Amino acid sequence: METILAVVIGVLYATGIYMMLRRSLVKLIIGLGLLSNGANLLIFTVGRLTRARAPFVPEGADGLQPPYADPLPQALILTAIVISFGVLGFAVVLFHRAYQTVGTDDLDEMKATDT
Amino acid sequence: MRPVLPILIPLMTAVAALLAWRWRGVQRWVSLLGAVALLIAALTLLTSVWRDGIQVVQIGSWPAPFGITVVADLFSAIMVALAGLMGSAVAIYSLSSMDAEREKFGYYPLLHILLMGVCGAFLTGDLFNLYVWFEVMLMASFVLLVLGGERAQIEGAIKYVTLNLMSSALFLAAVGILYGMAGTLNMADLAQKLKNVHHPGLVTTLSMLFLVAFGIKAAVFPLFFWLPASYHTPPVAVSAIFAGLLTKVGVYALIRVFTLLFVHDVGYTHTLILIIAGLTMITGVLGAVAQNEFRRILSFHIVSQIGYMIMGLGLFTPLALTGSIFYIIHHIIVKTNLFLISGVVNRLCGTYELKNLGGLYQAHPGLAVLFMIPALSLAGLPPLSGFWAKLTLVQAGLETGQYVIVGVALAVGMLTLFSMLKIWTEAFWKSSTRNSQPSINRRQRVHLFFPIIALALLTMMIGLVAQPFFALAERAADQLINPAAYIRAVLGGGV
Repeated sequence: METILAVVIGVLYATGIYMMLRRSLVKLIIGLGLLSNGANLLIFTVGRLTRARAPFVPEGADGLQPPYADPLPQALILTAIVISFGVLGFAVVLFHRAYQTVGTDDLDEMKATDT
Repeated sequence: MRPVLPILIPLMTAVAALLAWRWRGVQRWVSLLGAVALLIAALTLLTSVWRDGIQVVQIGSWPAPFGITVVADLFSAIMVALAGLMGSAVAIYSLSSMDAEREKFGYYPLLHILLMGVCGAFLTGDLFNLYVWFEVMLMASFVLLVLGGERAQIEGAIKYVTLNLMSSALFLAAVGILYGMAGTLNMADLAQKLKNVHHPGLVTTLSMLFLVAFGIKAAVFPLFFWLPASYHTPPVAVSAIFAGLLTKVGVYALIRVFTLLFVHDVGYTHTLILIIAGLTMITGVLGAVAQNEFRRILSFHIVSQIGYMIMGLGLFTPLALTGSIFYIIHHIIVKTNLFLISGVVNRLCGTYELKNLGGLYQAHPGLAVLFMIPALSLAGLPPLSGFWAKLTLVQAGLETGQYVIVGVALAVGMLTLFSMLKIWTEAFWKSSTRNSQPSINRRQRVHLFFPIIALALLTMMIGLVAQPFFALAERAADQLINPAAYIRAVLGGGV
């Protein structure tokens, strides 16, 4: 399972960065989305995958018996998903606005502030 | 309770300003009051940390490695105090410089949410929490940057948003891998557990991921391109607070993780940081020399000055870190002030282009003197604050025998002086061709000049009475280089 996920994460990062290197605004934002998804899956995987062992203390026991699934990476991912959702939402509106103001979605045309 | 106040006060101010959405007058005064309250809270925090040592609050009373910890050591407290100071200066300056449209669409609440994010990032003791504060700060800065929706703003914002989101994604990935390796994200706990990790090489690799993520935020070479492309586009009050605080959060994070967490392979990591520092100084100042627009010159100088700050981290001796902290104190005050002055110049002449400016010395000699103080301080001329900051770093460099970086630092100082004098001759000394002088009324004059004069006096004071500030920086550096006290304060409990 780890191997599959590692490959998936690699593909997500590679496609994300490839998309960000294109000139189109739309592809840029897709790239950003893929990149943050890749990061989320990465946290999930390096937090160790444990199948079918929920972190509940069994009745009568004092504490958890390892191995159990660590809930913390999932809490981190949940927070990160919410944040990246909000930020990407903002970015979509910003890029749309940029398209309206500049009149193109070609990043090479947006050089007015470059030095 | 004290360390949490600098986070709570801006939050409550922002909420109060949002409640007064329709009454701009109320919003202004709420904002001013909130900024001054933040400054007072930050200064009391600083004095209590100075007197009683590191202050720790465990949020929700969860003991240290499990809950979120808010820690104020001397370095954090200094940074929070500076954030309060800059917040107050910009809040006063905004009263007369912000246009009605931007005020109507939530400028004041956003300013305080930005301050909350910055203070949170300085005070948190947990790496994932640091990520969350980064995002709070970034989100507020994104909106502040595009508020107004001019074409230049939006184009600058695309570069700023994209590169900062990239940096956040890298930071998040690094945090995830670190958790997988050490099983904790509390920084004090990490400092202990990283010593026992099986693969020290892997930790060094991971530290590079942090270096890139924080390097983008701090705008170091070769990751700084978003900064000069965006910082000159928003209104000057926004530029000023960005210039003073945002990149410094990146520098703070770099210093924090590379003094507390990644110190097992100093020969590799810190040498690399030193090389980056040198390149950052050179590219920044060369970029500035080539520019002919007031705020672009200042933006490139931010990049160049970041080099000095991480130079102290790269040398990694107590004296060098003292120099870095002193440099940060000096730089935040001076740089914000220069941006505020550029705003007044624009107000008087209607442009930032140096070739269209001129005759300001004749028309406004007072403003010229006020420009000269931070400008010469930035270049490092005695007896101003920049001189002592540079002197400390150069001395630390000589002590460790790093003569190349010392040479670079001195040469970059010369070039900085050159580009400040370029602004001086073009904007102030050159005779003007225009006659029309838009007038600033008395009330606006107070709002615009009060923060500038106060910050200029502070620069002079740090220069003339350097000892107390130096002692402060020295003790903060001592806490950074001997993290045992920090770790004990966090993990030893205490509310």
